[in-house]
This record gives sequence, structure tokens and C-alpha cells, in this order.
Amino acid sequence: MAAPSPEVMARYEAVIGLEIHAQLATATKIFCGCPTGFGAPPNTNVCPVCLGMPGALPVLNREAVELAIKAGLALNCAIRPRSRFARKNYFYPDLPKGYQISQYDEPLAEHGYVDITADGHAMRIGITRVHMEDDAGKSIHDGFKDSDRYSYVDLNRSGTPLIEIVSEPDMRSSSEAYAYLAAVKQVLEFVEVSTCDMEKGHLRCDANVSVRVKGADKLGTKAEVKNLNSFRFLKEALDYEIVRQIALIENGGRVVQETRLYNPDTGETAGMRSKEEAHDYRYFPEPDLVPLRVSESWLARVRSGMPELPARKRARFISDYGLREYDADVLTQTRAASEYFETAARVSGDPKTAANWVMGDLMGMLKAAGKEISESPVSAANLGDLVKRMATGELSGKLAKDVFAKMFAKGEPASAVIEREGLKQISDTGALEKIIAEVIAGNPKQVEQYQGGKTTVINFLVGQAMKATRGQANVAVVTDLLKQKLG
Amino acid sequence: MDVSSLTIERVRKGLLGREFSACELAAEALRFAEAENPKTNAYLRLAPERAMAAARRVDEQLARGEDPGPLAGVPVAVKDVILTKGVTTTCGSRLLEHYVPPYDATAIARLEQAGGVILGKTNCDEFAMGSSNENSAYGPVRNPVALDRVPGGSSGGSAAVVAQGTAVVALGSDTGGSIRQPASFCGVVGVTPTYGRVSRYGLTAFASSLDHIGPLGKTVRDTATLLGVIAGRDPSDATSADAPVPDYTAALDGQVKGLKLGLPREYLKDVASESGDLMARGVDVLKKLGCDVREISLPATDSAVACYYIIATAEASSNLARYDGVRYTFRSGSAETLSDMYRNTRGEGFGAECKRRIMLGTYVLSAGYYDAYYLKAQKVRALIARDFANAFQEVDAIVAPVSPFPAFKLGEKVDDPLAMYLSDIYTITGDLAGIPCMSVPCGKTAEGLPVGMQILTRHFDETTMFRLADAFEKAGTA
Repeated sequence: MAAPSPEVMARYEAVIGLEIHAQLATATKIFCGCPTGFGAPPNTNVCPVCLGMPGALPVLNREAVELAIKAGLALNCAIRPRSRFARKNYFYPDLPKGYQISQYDEPLAEHGYVDITADGHAMRIGITRVHMEDDAGKSIHDGFKDSDRYSYVDLNRSGTPLIEIVSEPDMRSSSEAYAYLAAVKQVLEFVEVSTCDMEKGHLRCDANVSVRVKGADKLGTKAEVKNLNSFRFLKEALDYEIVRQIALIENGGRVVQETRLYNPDTGETAGMRSKEEAHDYRYFPEPDLVPLRVSESWLARVRSGMPELPARKRARFISDYGLREYDADVLTQTRAASEYFETAARVSGDPKTAANWVMGDLMGMLKAAGKEISESPVSAANLGDLVKRMATGELSGKLAKDVFAKMFAKGEPASAVIEREGLKQISDTGALEKIIAEVIAGNPKQVEQYQGGKTTVINFLVGQAMKATRGQANVAVVTDLLKQKLG
Repeated sequence: MDVSSLTIERVRKGLLGREFSACELAAEALRFAEAENPKTNAYLRLAPERAMAAARRVDEQLARGEDPGPLAGVPVAVKDVILTKGVTTTCGSRLLEHYVPPYDATAIARLEQAGGVILGKTNCDEFAMGSSNENSAYGPVRNPVALDRVPGGSSGGSAAVVAQGTAVVALGSDTGGSIRQPASFCGVVGVTPTYGRVSRYGLTAFASSLDHIGPLGKTVRDTATLLGVIAGRDPSDATSADAPVPDYTAALDGQVKGLKLGLPREYLKDVASESGDLMARGVDVLKKLGCDVREISLPATDSAVACYYIIATAEASSNLARYDGVRYTFRSGSAETLSDMYRNTRGEGFGAECKRRIMLGTYVLSAGYYDAYYLKAQKVRALIARDFANAFQEVDAIVAPVSPFPAFKLGEKVDDPLAMYLSDIYTITGDLAGIPCMSVPCGKTAEGLPVGMQILTRHFDETTMFRLADAFEKAGTA
């Protein structure tokens, strides 16, 4: 089928809603005391409850509820005083109970939103609901000698606490969906509800996609696209799916409601066999758990423990520190970066310079070293101290860069590097006059050129003086002295 | 030593008086059970190692002068739906033929902590689904009172071992009458406590919102003692109640004069004449004890069977999903694909009654049927609970038949599941309301078949129930 022309594409709009699953950062599972750690040998972090043994019963983890409430608040949701768990019934080898314990008609949180900026436009994306549920185990279909005949099951993940965040169908393009996922991820990381590590599957995403002619009231038939477990996959899959649906309609076809799987190798989505997706989950209230009640006082306690959220922090960085919007954006991407910056800014007394250093030298070197900001060898206070030394003229910009590189390599404060290497800036005219006399004596040809009117030669002479002091000389003082001498 | 007539009190006296040691008693009880069991098939297996280890602990405690607990040395039988660590637990199903649980049910741990000696596991209807014990994958149980008759179900094995004397007391489970009906059929005492009174942790789920663990014994006192041991809040069961557990045996003081008792008229119309006569005589005994008996009405009773078989099967269809051939169950060897593996495993593994209930439950939860069946049944359940709440404004306890008829012949009703379901009518209401209820022997028919009388009281008021049952028991019956 031929791809539709840009003119045809322009007549349509896509309608996109996302379902985001985030793993809650609890120490133990949602319904038992097993650890949630990643990377343990298969089937070792398990007990009768998460193995689905006969007679085993779930007991709700309070810490998981608190994190889910935090997520709900951070996403501007109303928290229901009474919510309820329900069983979602289906058969799969990595689902040991034969049902998932989720929330259905009475979710924990609902009616929220997040504000995003996409393609230069600010917009608000509605959040229908945030509910809690347990994760299944993992089926492993490859990598064993007998993988042609058998699949293996690892139940370490079974019972890991998740929240599912369901958006309204408010997005109209893959870049809006991308921005929305980024905003949700940022908020969840900020409130420390989830590490959102997509490589470890701590954040997973499915999309509901339909298209319609612009201006139409009615929604088109939607397809659910699964397996969008990175930002790139989300964008590629949505772009592919939107074109596919428009082409289908343009060619006289009809979109069927189905579940489609994104294949990152081909960049395409493909319908799952109807047998695999023909699920009637037969939801009913989970009789093993009593309804979840969130009292006013519990909610107030969780609310009071909430950190400042990214949008608010960003606004404050602009108003209090005079940062540019772009800089404020970058510095509020993660809670760690924002806290690093604020500490460095406070110590330095020069927030704008501190911001430049965090975004420039620090982030560049961290990236090159493959480190997170939380693992930075240079502490925020030490970077602030370095910036302060620059501001007071103790270090030149060039010297500061050298000092910083050494601080980064060895994890030392600036004072230690400066002390050991004798790297203080030389501004003392007495000390510099001797060096300048040597430069003038050693470069008669250039001195002659300068005095002959070619004043740009002064840069060469300054460079010679800097070289002689291994960069420690104060450039401004050297230049002044040279001009005086050569008068 | 005649182990067949022992009670908890008698065992305690014998141990403290050094008439016998706990080990001697356990060994003799095991020997007797093994010798007698072929008559009834009531035990699926004995657990001699576990029993002797428990008995040794009791003897050691006695030797050190410590109190070995209220169940010291008492031989207890346990229905095979309750998990026992290291002792195969089949739930009467082929699917769990080789399942050895890695943990103990909370009731089991408490029972052994109190000095109880678990002799073995008793036969039952598969996954506790049945009213005759004919749905066990390991053959039916015969009623020790009349060997050609059923012991009732689903806790038929537990009722039979108490009646036969091959255990002093037993644990059963009750979802719609599975303790009271077999107790009635076998002429023993059977108790379904308030929902939430005893932890369900380690009880294989049939219908989670209706499942109870409860005691069976020869006397009201024995069941009161056993319930006192296993009752109480358990952090492993979110539905277990945080209500204080009174000393039930302290209430067995005969003080029933002036108690107001209700006789629900809806429970009397379809009772077989002999059972009805025995019931009437029982009521006369209560009147002579000074109770104030009046007729009451529980109008939602007619809808109870339909309501129960929707809720119970809906929950069962989900609870039984885990027996899928993937992990600890039997797995069919004849499958090539995953869906065939599920189909064949469950097709070959489950008996007819379980399949029937899984299908019913799956149907009532299906898209488009949920509101008409499951949701409506929940509303009826609320009406049934309200009936009882209204009645208990007026009376302290309700007295009723347990079953419309006494123990029937093996095979007599197996081909008519609907008739079997309808016979649960008097017991399922108590489970739906979650109130305590019990069966206490009320005499025998001309053929010598026992008939039980049911006593129901308010939530968490087991005390009144035991007090009344004990006074009735002591007053004797015709």
C-alpha cells in the first residue's frame, strides 16, 4: 500500500492515549514480603504468596500505597477515600494465580493532568486514572538448549508493585505523546515513586491510536499498540501506525479494533492473532482484600512529604536565579540535577555561572564517563566553591577548567588541586614585571613590529607570558603591563 | 486404652494423671486409625512422623513441668484442603496428588503450638465442592453410622473420623454448610465460626468470601476448646478480624433461661417429616430449659440457593485457575501447545463437579452477564444479611434444621446435581451472612440416622451459640 501524500496526511489528525506502567520503588513486593531487587537468580525472590500456592493470601504493602498516592498527587489527581482491588482473570504461564490483582471500577486516583510543551506549544494532557496492581513473572522463550520445545518462567518479578497511569485521548501526534511520556517520567522520578529505568522495565508504555479527518466529532476505531518500551520505539511505532491507518482508510479499508505489537527490528506494528487477544478478563472485586481506605490524615501526611514538583521548580529557577527558560528546563529534568544545581548555586554566590558549569563541563564529563549526576566525583558544594574562586578572581576561566578536570579525575576539592599544583592566578604586578621583562628581551622582532604599529602582535606576547607562568598569570594584568612597558 | 471415646478433657486428665504419655496415645491412635480406616475411607493418609514428633514435644514439656497447652496430646484430624508443611495435601483432587506444601496453614501452626497432635489428613469432596463426599478423586467416604450411606460433605472425612473415634477432634472447612451438614449426618458437633474469626491463610480457597475453617468434635465443649485455639487475628489474612477471642469454655455454664430464640418459618416447610419431628422435639427441650422460642421470618431465604451458587462459583472459577499444569500440579502429557496443555491438564485433572462449577462461575462473570448474575447475587446477599440483622434485633439466637433429610445412600443423588444444591438451603444462609452457626446432635431417626439441629447467632457471638448448644447437649434428646 502506498504511503499517503503529505497533502492527504494533513487532512487527518491522530488521537492518542497512553497507558503507562511504572514499577513502584518499594523494598518489598505489593502483597508479600519478598524483595523486589533486580538481577537475583531466577525464582529465588519468591514465597507461597507470589508463587500462587494454594491457600496463600495477599496482604497489601502500605509503602506501595503511599508511593501510589504520591504519584496520584504529583499527577494532580484526586485520591479516592475508598478504592478497591479486583481480579483480572486470564491464563498465562508467568501469571501464577491465574489472575492479576488490579483495580477496576474504583481506582486509587483519578481526574488528574500534566502540562507539557510539544512542538513549541504548551498544552494540558488529562489523566483518567492511576491504579495499583501486581506484576506478573517473566517468560523466557530463548537462550536455552531446549528453547525450541520449552519456555522457562522466572517468578522473581511476580508481585512487584506497579501503578498504571491511563491518559485521556488528548494527544494528536507522536511528539505530543513523547513529551507526555517524558513529563510523566520526570514527575515520577522527582517524587521518587519509581526509578523509571526503562531498560529494566520499570517504565513500560502501551498506546491507543486512532485517526480521523480533522474537524470530525466522532473518534475513529482505535488500535492498541503494545511493546513501546523506549522513547524512540514510542515515536517510531506511533508514526508508523498513524500512516498505516490513514493509508488504510484512503484505500477504502477500515481500521479494526485490535492489539498490535511493535517490532523494533522492522519499525512496524503487526496485529496479534485474534485468539491471543480475545480476552474477557471477568473482573470482580478481590474477596481476599478489604477495600483500601485512605483517611484524611494519611493523605495529609503524604501530601506534606511531597517534594517541590518540576514545573514549580522550573518557574522558581527563572524568577529567583534569573536563568533562561532553556537552562531552567535542563536543570529540572531530574530531581538530582536540580538539587545539584541549587547547592552549587548557593555555595558559588553566582547562580548563572554555576548553571553554565553544571550544564556544560559537569554534564559533558559525566556523559563521557557514563555516569549519572548522582555519581558525580565532584560534589555540588565543591563545584560551587570552584565557581566562587573564579568569581572572586582567584582563578582564571582557563585555570578553573584545568582544576575542574583534576577535581573530576580524583574527586578532590578545588583547594587540594590548587595547593598541590601551585595553580593560583598570578595578579601581583611585582611578580609579573620580571616575567614581562624576559618576554620583551626574548622577542625583539615582535617588539619591533608592535612598536612599528602592528598592535595585534601584543596577543603573541601575552601568550608568551602566559606560557612562562603555565597559564597562571592574570591575562588582564599582563596585557596592561606589556602596553605600559612597550608604551 | 480405648481411644475411640476420648474427649479433649479426658486426654488432659489422662496425661496429667500419668495414665498414658502423649507418645503412647499418639501411637495407639495411629494404630487404631489405620485399622479402622478401610471401613470408611475417611483418612486419605496418616502422618505418623509429624504426629509422633508433636507427641514427643508434649511429653518433653510435661517432663519439664511446663504447661503443654490446651490441646496437649490431643489427636486431631485435618481436612485435606488445609495445608500441612511436608505432608501431602491433595484437596481431594487428582491435580494435587503429589503436592507437598512448603508451609503450614495458620490454624495448623496454632493447633500444634497448643499441643495438638495431627494424626493425618481427611478425605473430602474435591476442592470442598460437594454435599456427599462422593466428589473425591480418592473415592467416597462411608458414614460410620451406616456404611451404605454418605457422611455428608464436603468435610465428610472429618465428620466420619470423629464419629468413628479415629480422631478426638477434627478441622473441617465450610463454604455453604460443609462442616454442619456432615456433622449432622454423622451425629457429631460441627462449628462454622464468624467469617474472619479464624485465619484462612493456608486454607485452599474455594470461594474466598465464604470459606471458613471450623472444628468438629464429639462434644460442644471440645469444639469450643478447639475454636479457642485456632481463632484470632492473623496478619497473613487481610480479612481476619481483630476482635478479642473470649474463653468459650467459660461460657458453658447452662445459663440459657430467658434466652430469646427464633424459629424461621421459611426453614420448616420442606423438611422431611422425621427430621422435622426431631427438630420439634429439640425445640421442646429448649423450651423446657427456659428459652423463649418464637417464630420469625427470614424472607430472602428463597433466593439463597441461587445467590450462593452464583457467588461461590464465580469466586471458585477464579480460585481454581492456578491449577493449570505449569507449576506444582499434575500436568497432562498429551499436549503439544500451551492452550492444549491447559485444556488437557484441567480436563483430565478436575472432576465433574469442579468443572460444572468452573463453567457456572466463568459464565456469571462474563462480559454482558456480570450485572445480571454476579451483581444481583451480591444484592441478594446483602438482603440475606439484613434479614439476619433484623431477626437478631428480636432474638438472641436462631434455631433451625441443618438439612432437609438425614444421610442418604451412596449414589442416590449423584446424578441430580440440582437436588444436591437445593439440599444446602438451610446452611448456606449462615455463610452468606458470615454469622457463626453450628450443628449439634438432636436425636436419631427410626433407622438410627443422626439428625442435627442448627444454632445461629450474631457476628462474633460464638459464646451464646456454644452456651445454648452445650445446655441442649446436656439436657439430652429422646
